[in-house]
Amino acid sequence: MEIVSQLIMNGIIAGGIYSLIALGLTMVYGILKFINFAHGETFMIGAYLAWTFNIGLGLPFWLSFILAMVGTGLLGFIIEKIGYKPLRNAPSWAPLIISIAISIFLQAFAIMVWGAQIKTFRTGEISQGIPVLGAIITPIQITILITSLALMLGLYFFIMKTKIGKAMRAVADNKDVAASIGINVNQTISIIFVIGSALAGAGGVLVGIEQNLTPMMGVPMTVKGFTAAIVGGIGNIWGAVLGGFAIGFIENIGIFFIPSGYKDAISFAVLLLMLIFRPRGIVGVKKEEEVRG
Amino acid sequence: MAYFEHIAILIGIYTILTISLNLNIGFTGLINLGHAAFYGIGAYTSALLTMAGVPWFISFLCAGVVASIFGFLISVPCLRLRGDYLAIATLGFGEIIRAVMKNWVGLTRGPLGIPGIPKANILGMSFSDPIHFLILVAIIAAITLFIINRITKSPFGRVLRAIREDDVAAQALGKNLTYYKVCTVCVGAFFAGLAGSLYAHYITFIDPTTFTLQETILMVSMVVLGGMGSVSGSVLGAAIIVILPEPLRFLNMPSSIAAAMRQMIYALILILLMLYKPEGILGEKTFKIRRKSLWNPFKFLKGKLSGGT
Repeated sequence: MEIVSQLIMNGIIAGGIYSLIALGLTMVYGILKFINFAHGETFMIGAYLAWTFNIGLGLPFWLSFILAMVGTGLLGFIIEKIGYKPLRNAPSWAPLIISIAISIFLQAFAIMVWGAQIKTFRTGEISQGIPVLGAIITPIQITILITSLALMLGLYFFIMKTKIGKAMRAVADNKDVAASIGINVNQTISIIFVIGSALAGAGGVLVGIEQNLTPMMGVPMTVKGFTAAIVGGIGNIWGAVLGGFAIGFIENIGIFFIPSGYKDAISFAVLLLMLIFRPRGIVGVKKEEEVRG
Repeated sequence: MAYFEHIAILIGIYTILTISLNLNIGFTGLINLGHAAFYGIGAYTSALLTMAGVPWFISFLCAGVVASIFGFLISVPCLRLRGDYLAIATLGFGEIIRAVMKNWVGLTRGPLGIPGIPKANILGMSFSDPIHFLILVAIIAAITLFIINRITKSPFGRVLRAIREDDVAAQALGKNLTYYKVCTVCVGAFFAGLAGSLYAHYITFIDPTTFTLQETILMVSMVVLGGMGSVSGSVLGAAIIVILPEPLRFLNMPSSIAAAMRQMIYALILILLMLYKPEGILGEKTFKIRRKSLWNPFKFLKGKLSGGT
């Protein structure tokens, strides 16, 4: 019983982070209809930026966190302007391949700037866990969970209550109609990239403070985030949150049954199964032919 | 000299990989990001079989067949998916295969890899000398080139191009899309498996780190650089991408930085190509050799004979 509640707790914490990643991916897919493979690398760069500000420059952690989000938001803006905007009308494989190239570029960049060896935020001793409902969670994990929930709540109010949020929903719904009623589609897409990338960067920092930083840490995240987006129904923002938590659970319960070396493979397997059997997601309302060729 | 032989062998192996991937990406429009998995499956199959005592040539063919079987298994469910979903599904497949290579220690020795793979030999004729192995690779690359060129020129290949251009239209003409797509993936996987076998028996050591997503990206860069849907472009793309980062070797950088630098060059090439020349160097053009002037040694008689009668 203790193990089960521990696994569920771990699932919730991991789920919060996967949701942050999935949000950016699903927003971009909802509008531009391509998988942003560079999203996981934005996540990784976020972790490294926070590490540089916090450990390297000695800034307080909360400030490093915000600066990392600003930095990755800016990165998302630049990536969109340089890489994806010129290809708006190209066949769908073109932005796909360029996003893969950008992700490889950012990985190589991280290796050259920060080195291939592992970096860590941990400086002091490992803090004592707190028992919650039979599970042990550390203060860091509580920080992760609260921060990710707060960010999602913030995004919810931004999208539902502000004018820009309304424009985002309109563009996601129908780009052409949105343009015809005077919404600046390009600007809205930029905003979506900035927000999505900042959220991914935040996710990177949150993973970074608990685990270690490596230049390759973003690769499985792209797939997990996309799996979460698919589980929740691609393009559906709240579905992505649900999907993120679902993936967190499945993964953590899964390693109870199969060797932990296959942890990353679990989400890939879920992705394949979802694509094959229920490509429109659990709560998705997208039409089948959008997925099937 | 040994260095140039090494480069040439690598170009040969990558040519096989690139042409077979081009059959998927360039000719049929299937964004397959799991090609390194087929490559790896081939390498492991061949290495394990030879070390169990099977003659090299048999395990070489088995490598292709096993990779092809995996190609079949993955393509049947995945090919019902549209372009970018297919990309992420095949990427997931590749990562699962790599997780298996890393974790099924009983079979693959996991991260330790398999050392001491015997060199290739056919009926007692050993290819342990690099120059002999180079000839072998060149022959197999040429056969691959020939077969895939024939496939793309055949009516079958025309259907593939039709699927790439407009799959709905191709379906409306009564073409069974799944059949064609599964076939191309299986053929592509077969040749990737052969390339894997060549690699394993050339380097004589394999481990899961060789068959990563980066490897697939490398092959995709070769395909895109040479030109999607151009067979001869694939050869050119493979050669350029293998040779291009080689000067970095002489700059005396730490190996991790050099590897990153290489990745960066590939990435930049891909980005610039996509932005400025998405059709690649050769586009869909291929070098055409005029068949008559090559194959008909009695051409000079032709006019005279027909004129005489």
